[in-house]
Amino acid sequence: MSRVKDALVSAVVLLVGRAAPSARPDREPLVEQGSPSPGWEVVVLILLALVAGCAIVFMVLFSFEGLAHQTQYLGLALGAAFVLLAAICIVVANKLIVTEELEEDYPDLEHSAESDDVEQVVVDSGSRFTRGRLVKLAGFGALGTLGLALITPALSLGPAFATQKLKWTPWRRGRRLVDSQGAPLKASDIEAGSFYTAYPEGADRELIGSPIVVVRVPLADLKSRHDWAPQGIVAFSKICTHAGCAISLYRKPTFVPVEPRPALVCPCHYSTFDPADGGKVIFGPAGRALPQLPLAVDAKGYLRAQANFDEPIGPSWWGVRKGKAYTT
Amino acid sequence: MIRGIVRFVDERTGGSPFLKKALRYVFPDHWSFLLGEVALYVFMLLVATGVYLTFFFDDSRSQTVYHGSYAPLHGASMSRAYESVVHLSLDVRAGLLMRQTHHWAADVFVAAIVLHLLRVLFTGAFRKPRDLTYVVGATMLVLALLEGYLGYSMVDDLLSGMGLAIGYSVALSLPIVGAKFATLLWGGPFPGSDAFWPRMYIAHVLIIPILIAVLLSVHLLLVASRHHTQFQKSERESEQTVVGVPTFPGQAPRSLGLMFGTWGVLFLLGGLAQINPIWLWGPYHVGDSTNGAQPDWYLGWLIGALRLVPSFDIVIGGYTLVPNPFWGGALFPAVVFGLLYLWPWLERKLSGDIAFHNLLERPRENPTRTGALLAIVVWVFLVFMAGSADRVYVFLGLSYSHQIWAYRVAVVVLPVVTFFAIRRVCRELLAGELVREIQRDAKDKAAVT
Repeated sequence: MSRVKDALVSAVVLLVGRAAPSARPDREPLVEQGSPSPGWEVVVLILLALVAGCAIVFMVLFSFEGLAHQTQYLGLALGAAFVLLAAICIVVANKLIVTEELEEDYPDLEHSAESDDVEQVVVDSGSRFTRGRLVKLAGFGALGTLGLALITPALSLGPAFATQKLKWTPWRRGRRLVDSQGAPLKASDIEAGSFYTAYPEGADRELIGSPIVVVRVPLADLKSRHDWAPQGIVAFSKICTHAGCAISLYRKPTFVPVEPRPALVCPCHYSTFDPADGGKVIFGPAGRALPQLPLAVDAKGYLRAQANFDEPIGPSWWGVRKGKAYTT
Repeated sequence: MIRGIVRFVDERTGGSPFLKKALRYVFPDHWSFLLGEVALYVFMLLVATGVYLTFFFDDSRSQTVYHGSYAPLHGASMSRAYESVVHLSLDVRAGLLMRQTHHWAADVFVAAIVLHLLRVLFTGAFRKPRDLTYVVGATMLVLALLEGYLGYSMVDDLLSGMGLAIGYSVALSLPIVGAKFATLLWGGPFPGSDAFWPRMYIAHVLIIPILIAVLLSVHLLLVASRHHTQFQKSERESEQTVVGVPTFPGQAPRSLGLMFGTWGVLFLLGGLAQINPIWLWGPYHVGDSTNGAQPDWYLGWLIGALRLVPSFDIVIGGYTLVPNPFWGGALFPAVVFGLLYLWPWLERKLSGDIAFHNLLERPRENPTRTGALLAIVVWVFLVFMAGSADRVYVFLGLSYSHQIWAYRVAVVVLPVVTFFAIRRVCRELLAGELVREIQRDAKDKAAVT
C-alpha cells in the first residue's frame, strides 16, 4: 500500500514540483545562466502531449483497412506531429535556452608551415631516382592504360558497336496493318479527318519501329508520293524524328489562312509534320521529315506495306543516312 | 546521467576534445544560411521514404496484365514495374503517403539546392577558400537532377516512357559517339533491353544516393574546416573573426526545429496534395503518348530548351552530323553547368580579386557579378517558362507558335538588358547608401557643434 502511495507522491511531485536551477554551485558556468520561464515550459509540455497524441492517432488510423481517405488522414497526423515538434524546438530555442553570441577566429587563411613540410617530404624521398620524369610518365601511362582496361567490361552493357540495329524495323513488303486490338485494317476503315494508330501484323508492338499513324488525305491535297498513298491513305512512323515520342495529335485546321491542312503533331515538343507532303516538318524543332511507309491495298481491301520506310525511323544520330530502313 | 554517458564515450574514443569543439562551433546567423540545411534534411527523408518504397517496387519491365483493385486499368497490359507502383499506391496502407511524400521531397530537394546555390552565388560565398566546397555542391545538384529523372522514369507510366524516349534521343544525338553510347546504355535501340530497368533501379537506389551522401559529407567537412561565411552586421565581424551562436545550446534546437518542420510540411504535402497519380496516366507503350505532359519542375528548363530550338540538324551532303535534340538537351545544360562550375575561376580572372574572403557581399556591393548572374538566371528562367507555353495556350489562348517566337527573341535580348539594368540598379543603390551616410555624418557633426 505504501508503495502505491510513494508512487503517487512522486508522480504529483513530478507534475507540479519545480527544481532549482541545475548548474553546479562549485564551478563557474560555461553557458550563461538565465531566469526560468515556467509558462513556456508548460507550453512545451502541452505540445509534447499533442505530439504523442498525433502519433497515437496515426497508429489508430493505420489499423483500419480500407478506410476512406486514409492517405490524407495519415499524412495529416504524421505531418502535424512533426510540425508540433518543430514548434517545440522553436519555443525551446527562443524562450528556454539562453541565447549567447560567441566569437571565434577563422582558421589561418594562408597555407600552413606543414604544407611546406609535406611538399619537402615528397620531394626529398625521390633522391635515388635519376630518371624521375620518365618513371613518372611511364607510371601515369601504365595506370591510365590499366584504367581503360578496367572500364572495358562496361561495353558488355549493350551492343555498343551494332548501331546498324537502329535502322531495323519489322515492316516489309506485304505486311498487313492491324489496329491496337490486332484486327487487320481495311482501306475503307480509314475516314478522312480522323487519325489511326496501326501496327505490323504479328510483330512485337513494343519496338520503336512498329507503330505507325494512318490518315486519309483528300487526293486533291496530296502533294507528293501519289503511288505510296492508295485513295490518299498515307502512313508514317508514329515515332517523332526529334525526340522519340509518339505522335498522337492530329491538328485539324481551325483557321485556314495559317493552318490550311491537317497536320500531325508530337505532344512532347510540338514538332509538326505535313501528312500531305511526305511528312515534311512545318513547325517545331524536328530536324527531318517523318519517315513514310509506302502503302498498298490488296484485292480484299486490306492495307499492306509496299516496302519498309523510306528512311530510318525514330530520333536521329550522327550518321543517320537518308537511306532506307531495313528488315531481314 | 549526462556525466556517465560523456565519460563512457570519452574513455573509449577519446572524443571529448573534438566534441567540445563541435558543441562550441560558431554559426553566424542569417535566414538564407538555412537553405542548405533544408536540402540536407530533405535528403534524409528521401532516403527513409525511399527505403520503404523499395520493399514494394518491382524493377522488371516484363509485361503482365492488370487484375488489381483499380477497375479502369483492368485487363490493360503493363510492365511489372508499373503494376507494382499502382499496387503500392492504391492497395498498400501508407504506401501512397510514402510515395507522394517521396515525390514532393524530391521536388523540394532540388528547389532547396537551387536556392542555396543562388544564395552562395549572389553573396560571393563561393570565393576562395570555399571554391572547392562550391564545386562539390554543384556536383550534388547534377546528381540530384539525374536521381530525380531516374526516379520517375523507372515507374514506367506513360509520362516516364515519354521522358525516357526524350532522354534516349538526347543521348543518341551526341556528336560521333551518340548512337554507340545510347545503345550501350539502353542495351539496344529504344525502349532498350529488359536489363535497362534493373540498371536504372540500382543507380537510383544505390549508386547515386551513395555518391550524394559521400559528397554531402565532404561538403559539410569542408564547410566546417573553413568555418561559415558571415555578413558584416557590426564592428565585431571581420575577415579574421566569426561571430555567431554556438552549435549547442544555441543552434541545435533551431536546426532541429527546421528539420522537423521540413519533414512535417512534406508529410502534409504527401498526405494532402496529390502528386504524380500514375494510375491516371496509364502504362507506357512505345506507340502511346499524351498531350499536356510536363516533367517535374526541375527538368522544365530542358523541355523548354528542346522546344525553343528551331528545326535544324547539322547535315552535310545528306549525312546527319548533329541532330536537333543535342542543342537543347545536351549543349544548353552543358553550357549552364559549365558556367556554374567555372564561375569562381571566371570571376577571379575577370575581376583580378584573388584574395581569401570570409565576409559576404550583399548583391548590390558587387554590381557586375550581380548583373551577370541575374542575366544567366533570366536566361535559364525564360527557357524554363518556354516549356510551359503549351499550358499557357490552353489556359490563356495565346498562340503557341507566337509564344515560341517571342521566347526565341527574349532569350537573346532580355539577359543583355538584365545585365545592364541590374548593374545600374546596384550602383544606384550603393550611391544612395553613400549619400545617406554622408548626410548622417554631417548631421552628427552639426549636432556636436
